Amino acid sequence: MTTTILAVDDSASMRQMVSFTLRHAGYEVVEAVDGVEALEYARGNVVNLVLTDVNMPKMDGITLVRELRRLESYRYVPLLMLTTEAGQEKKLEGRKAGATGWLVKPFNPDKLLATIAKVL
Amino acid sequence: MQLKTIPERKMNGQLVVAEHEQYVSFMLGGEEYGADITRVQEIKGWDTVTRVPYTPNYILGVVNLRGAIVPVIDLRMRFGLDHVPFEPTTVIVVIRVAAERGERTVGVVVDAVNEVHDIPTANIQPSPDLLGGLIDQVFIKGIATQGGRMVILLDIEKLVNSSIGVA
Amino acid sequence: MSVDLEMEEILKVFFEECAEGLQAMETGLLTLDASADRDTIDAIFRAAHSIKGGAGMFGFMEISQFTHAVETLLDQMRNGSRAVTPDAVQVLFQSIDVMREMTVLAEARQPIVSAHADAVSTLLAQILGREPPGAAAVTTHTAAAAPPPPREPEPAGWRIDFKPHTSLFKTCNDPLRIFRELETLGPLRAVADVAQLPPLAAMDPTLCYLAWNLDLTGSVLQPQVAEIFEWVDADSAIAYRPLVGAGEDEPAPLPPARLAGTPVPVIGVPAPTVPAMVVPVAAAAPSGAAAPAAGRPAADAGSIRVATEKVDALINLVGELVITQSMLGRFSEHYDPENLESLRRGLTHLTRNTRDLQESVLKIRMLPISFSFNRFPRLVHELSRKLGKKVELQLNGENTELDKIVLEKIGDPLVHLVRNSLDHGLETPAARLAAGKSDTGLLELNAFHEGGSVIIEVKDDGAGLNTARILAKARERGLVEPDVTPTNEQIYNLIFAAGFSTAETVSDVSGRGVGMDVVRRNINDLGGHVQVSSTAGRGSTIRIRLPLTLAILEGQMLRVGPETYVISLVSIVETVQPRQAHVQSISGRAEVFKHRDEYLPIIRLHELFGIEPDHREISKGLLVVAESDGKRVAILVDELLAQQQVVIKSLDTNFRHVPGLAGATIHGDGRVALILDVPSLIGKFLEGASPQVDYAA
Repeated sequence: MTTTILAVDDSASMRQMVSFTLRHAGYEVVEAVDGVEALEYARGNVVNLVLTDVNMPKMDGITLVRELRRLESYRYVPLLMLTTEAGQEKKLEGRKAGATGWLVKPFNPDKLLATIAKVL
Repeated sequence: MQLKTIPERKMNGQLVVAEHEQYVSFMLGGEEYGADITRVQEIKGWDTVTRVPYTPNYILGVVNLRGAIVPVIDLRMRFGLDHVPFEPTTVIVVIRVAAERGERTVGVVVDAVNEVHDIPTANIQPSPDLLGGLIDQVFIKGIATQGGRMVILLDIEKLVNSSIGVA
Repeated sequence: MSVDLEMEEILKVFFEECAEGLQAMETGLLTLDASADRDTIDAIFRAAHSIKGGAGMFGFMEISQFTHAVETLLDQMRNGSRAVTPDAVQVLFQSIDVMREMTVLAEARQPIVSAHADAVSTLLAQILGREPPGAAAVTTHTAAAAPPPPREPEPAGWRIDFKPHTSLFKTCNDPLRIFRELETLGPLRAVADVAQLPPLAAMDPTLCYLAWNLDLTGSVLQPQVAEIFEWVDADSAIAYRPLVGAGEDEPAPLPPARLAGTPVPVIGVPAPTVPAMVVPVAAAAPSGAAAPAAGRPAADAGSIRVATEKVDALINLVGELVITQSMLGRFSEHYDPENLESLRRGLTHLTRNTRDLQESVLKIRMLPISFSFNRFPRLVHELSRKLGKKVELQLNGENTELDKIVLEKIGDPLVHLVRNSLDHGLETPAARLAAGKSDTGLLELNAFHEGGSVIIEVKDDGAGLNTARILAKARERGLVEPDVTPTNEQIYNLIFAAGFSTAETVSDVSGRGVGMDVVRRNINDLGGHVQVSSTAGRGSTIRIRLPLTLAILEGQMLRVGPETYVISLVSIVETVQPRQAHVQSISGRAEVFKHRDEYLPIIRLHELFGIEPDHREISKGLLVVAESDGKRVAILVDELLAQQQVVIKSLDTNFRHVPGLAGATIHGDGRVALILDVPSLIGKFLEGASPQVDYAA
């Protein structure tokens, strides 16, 4: 059974970088360009983990987390935010919205994989 | 007919001269000439050549080679020999050489194509000046004797590029 | 795809995003001049933020570090703590230039060293009220000033009292995961505290009622432990006590447990200002520095970003093609002469499908001209400032699409034309007022489709071309015979002559104006035409006509003797069967044809190309009236053949450019047909050149 990860980021290069790292580690990756696309996908599909950027147009990462937690199928799926620097308020806000945790950008591939391995 | 090309061997970036070199030989005005086989892409049957204006007499025009527009040079005219009418058996030797912008494919018409000679490098001698001045010395790599015959080895790349009208 | 290739692709995307982001920042800043709109600042900030984040991710630390200050400044502007001043905006413009320069260097895999980065960083620091980076090492960081802390005995472990909030599970945080991580630091002993566990009936399995007392042994530092609890410490009660010696507690004072709501030092607080620090005033330096760095080199023919709608359209068309194919397939299986009509319909469908498909595929290479136009607001803004002129720039038809390569190559010529307009065409405010015009000049860039071409106009309402001066200069250069009086239109075309310039002073803005001949050559090379018209005192219009696509041409096949040629339909005005009465000979040599009210020179193609025609008498042939650069000619041919789309193949690939020809194409029968280039033909005709050239052997 493959582990599928949903990666959400409005920057194509970021998405591709994350996909690239995860795929080479054996994960299946689904990409979404913003919260709206991600939510739509989530309504019909369940994944093992969601990685989302915070600053996105249309629907930001924190709102996405909040909306995902409202879905029955996503109540117990780990949701990780990709934040920049040590923006504390965003982290706390995210946690309040139901995020499992976060990864601070920039992160290297090893850190990404280690963090994911922790929660899966 | 498609001839296989031998990849040039490089060692430390230097071209390694093999002990043998292969040449495709052809006849032109009674003399036998050779062109490096690695430059010969194929031998093509005669095809309708579209004439192109503002070009020297020896450029017959262009042909369609599987979708590519390829100029055709009449080597007889290039060397100042009189033109001989083409027959259904006349062939076009398709040459592929390095050019300023990548590579260039050019067709060349000769009297007849002979065979592939495997010439030991040791047999190649510099060409003497007294060749009669038919072809500019600059285009001749050397002379070899093969089976009792003299084969004039051409620097086909230089010849083709200069004939097209570029350096 | 190999790992390296894949990374290369990803980096390519990143650099494209950077270019787009920088463009967005620039466009936003230009509007910011007029009003400090909250949404605009926000958009500019987000663009900078993305670039910074991406640069960090891909290891371009210089870019990330430089952009950090830019981002901070923008953040302050967007949350209102800093006003949007013209000076700050200028520095932001300069910052964009530096960022652009750095991304170009990064993309070329060169060291990211920008000469202007330091100067601009200093300016940014000044504005932010900080010390410039690299200034004297006074690190007044809030926490570090204290004397070194007393050496504490190395802990032999930690006692951690961990009481998570009941909602812990709802965020998929699992204490077991935390314990497993702690175990990687050293042996762990966990004792659960079930005090809060309610009776089974009242228990909600989704809540966490447990707490733990953990003993972690090993020489572990507190930050290591704290990091593991990072995600949950905001809503958990965690207490740490170092274990000393044989694992028993020591009542040493400890930093209090971090409970929810405890403020954590926010990184990014500006260091307290050090007023005595004198920063060398480098304000003048960056502005004089090189003009805004040219964007990414335009010659990236390696990839195309395509709007998904175009790809979707393509997929649909291929689908229809498949349907048509199966329809025809079925016909061949159940052959029935009655169904001939069916077959005919199927073939019509097929023709339409392939044509639609072809159009769609070609559209993929098309990009909106906004990609080229978007550099002009900034250019005009800065140039007009430099020249002391007031200019309003209007861009119309930015969505007009054209072939990617044409787009890339038309950029520089357009820049040159715009510079010319600003420099020589548009007058100073004072001069304009004196001439009864408004003090602000109008520069229009218009783009639209017409027939099978794209038209681009550069229009200004300036002083117009000074025909007297141009004519005088031309006479001086011997370009016009003393006894010849050219028409105004002919005079205008003189500005395209090589080396021609009537600029009195050589301004560094548009140089000597020698570029006009290059501009025309570039446009001609693309298969286009350029024309200029002007009204003295009112302004000038430069009109460029470009083919929609470089790959395909709507062509008219024609025959001269045994040879077949193609001429672009766009060049043809009409074809006539000439009557001898309308043909006249001038001084024995030149022949003209009376076409409506004009006398057109007749070009005998057979003479130019050295072909044996069917007939030499003009009345027995056909005259194709063709137009180029405002000039009309009549080309004598033997017969007109079909009109069809032809794929343009370059002669350059294996051969070289041939005058009179724009390329070649392969006919349905496999033969090569040459494509005529009308402007070049006219040139050759005027030269009176002979068709054969003798090269040195």
